[in-house]
Amino acid sequence: MSIIEANGLARTFKSRKRTVEAVRGVDLRVEEGEIVGFLGPNGAGKTTTLRMLTTLLEPTAGTATVAGADLLRDPVGVRRRIGYVPQAIGQTMGGTDPACLVQEELLDQAALYHLDKAEAPRRADVLISQLDLSGLDQRLVKTLSGGQRRRLEIALGLVHEPQLVFLDEPTTGLDPQSRSNLWDHIRRLRSDLGTTVFLTTHYLEEADVLCDRVFIIDHGVIVASGTPDELKRRISGDVVILQVNGARERARDLLARQPVVRDITVSDDGALRLGVFQGAEALPSLLRVLDDAGVTMHSINLSRPTLDDVFLTMTGRSLRDDSASTRDGKTSKAADGAAAARG
Amino acid sequence: MTFVRDTLIVFRRQLRLSLRNPAWVIIALVQPILYLVLFGPLLTKLPLGALNGSAAAGSAGSAQGYRFFVPGLLIQLGLFGSTFVGFAIISDWRAGVIERFRVTPVSRLAIMSGRVLRDVLVLVVQAVILVLVGLAFGLRAPVSAVFLSLGFIVLVAIGLASVSYAVALLIKSEDAFAPLLNSVVLPLVLLSGIMLPLTLGPGWLQGIARISPFRYIIDAMREAFRGQYANTIMLEGVLVALGLAAVCLWLGSRVFVRENA
Repeated sequence: MSIIEANGLARTFKSRKRTVEAVRGVDLRVEEGEIVGFLGPNGAGKTTTLRMLTTLLEPTAGTATVAGADLLRDPVGVRRRIGYVPQAIGQTMGGTDPACLVQEELLDQAALYHLDKAEAPRRADVLISQLDLSGLDQRLVKTLSGGQRRRLEIALGLVHEPQLVFLDEPTTGLDPQSRSNLWDHIRRLRSDLGTTVFLTTHYLEEADVLCDRVFIIDHGVIVASGTPDELKRRISGDVVILQVNGARERARDLLARQPVVRDITVSDDGALRLGVFQGAEALPSLLRVLDDAGVTMHSINLSRPTLDDVFLTMTGRSLRDDSASTRDGKTSKAADGAAAARG
Repeated sequence: MTFVRDTLIVFRRQLRLSLRNPAWVIIALVQPILYLVLFGPLLTKLPLGALNGSAAAGSAGSAQGYRFFVPGLLIQLGLFGSTFVGFAIISDWRAGVIERFRVTPVSRLAIMSGRVLRDVLVLVVQAVILVLVGLAFGLRAPVSAVFLSLGFIVLVAIGLASVSYAVALLIKSEDAFAPLLNSVVLPLVLLSGIMLPLTLGPGWLQGIARISPFRYIIDAMREAFRGQYANTIMLEGVLVALGLAAVCLWLGSRVFVRENA
């Protein structure tokens, strides 16, 4: 049985003036042990869907089974079995109290999950070492660095060893080093404990390197799903850019006749730009055709499509436009202030 | 029982956080103690006994002045102390702590009741200190009256803290919560006869003051401080306090228990 199975999950927000359909009929299936990414721009319905699956928001329509419990009939059963790490940007932060000690947060969280009094300190110790928080257990949360605090927040979501964890934008606002460090931790969750991970992100790179499968959501509906490679192949194909020495028109005619070439255009700098299915496999035959015709090449470049290309094709929007975060905003504002103070 | 256990989990956490910063518990006491020390002596020369319907008419001694004033200050302490607790839950909400708790199997009502229990404890400690300072200044009252007053304070704290948390969690903004509190708490304080007896005022003011539940509670406490227990003033006070606590608790719990927040 799938660990997450959602059918027609929908949420409508009603205010005095208008009705917003934040999520309109999402079907999801996630298998045990998968790392699944939920990708979409701000306002696409990512967090609303996540909040429904974690019992924070009641769906207006649809049904779901999460970790073996029925979302609507047994929300407490769902809560007992899942871990949840809230996003640490925007209106609300990631769930830790700045005035608490790291160890207190872990022990309180263990108590909230009704762990044994003897079991709780043991779990806290394990998580402290697993998430590289050693030596920080008697520190106040507010003295932690961004990466340390995020790892603590993830540790809180794992206190009760859930089979399934939801991570809402786990790495947003972190520096590249902390980010790749966190990816290692997430991978280890799956490889060491078999935990299923469901994460939202608007970092394409994150979905690409971390996730087995990706759901792309836009305007409240899932517009595509599959492995990152499948999605890229299915939607965009590859791009080959060729610079030939002279005889550009002839080369163009020759290449246009090849069945693997979908389309061909001449770019501003005189290069030939070919849309090709499975470019890596097609490249040798294309080169042979030009070689046989005596056309020599100056340069050749094969580029794989990124998830951003996929996203652009599916939604007509680029994801890169809206990856700004509050945490970044705050730091840069503080930096400006410091600069102004110095000047 | 899970609910009791969950309440204690939240209570312990909140109490630990309060003890980490005990300054706030002291700061909340500064205002009523200043009133007691700097304003209380003014009352000792007023004929409060007569105005309050007491048998001992004429110029009031200091014991009688404080017997009138300390119950008022206790309610003032409760009114300000308990209604301001909502600020803390807004910052907790902003830190994501409320949401984090709501995804655990812990009772959602306990997220409120554990906090309210901590607030009641803090307020009782403050009230005891206030009464002790009052004794030092010349308050003389039966021990049973002090205990009864603490009972009233507990009921007031349960009610007001619950509503404060619920309203704060609905508003989610300190900027909106502060003026709202001021516009609600100040009239309640003025209409409860905390500083001076309402009987000094004209009829229309006494009429309006009937809508303030605290007015009944203060009157009952003053009766107790004068050693009078078995009368309708006391009965009204007890019923109003119980009713206030029950209604507010119910309103607060609805906000915390509902599925969406």
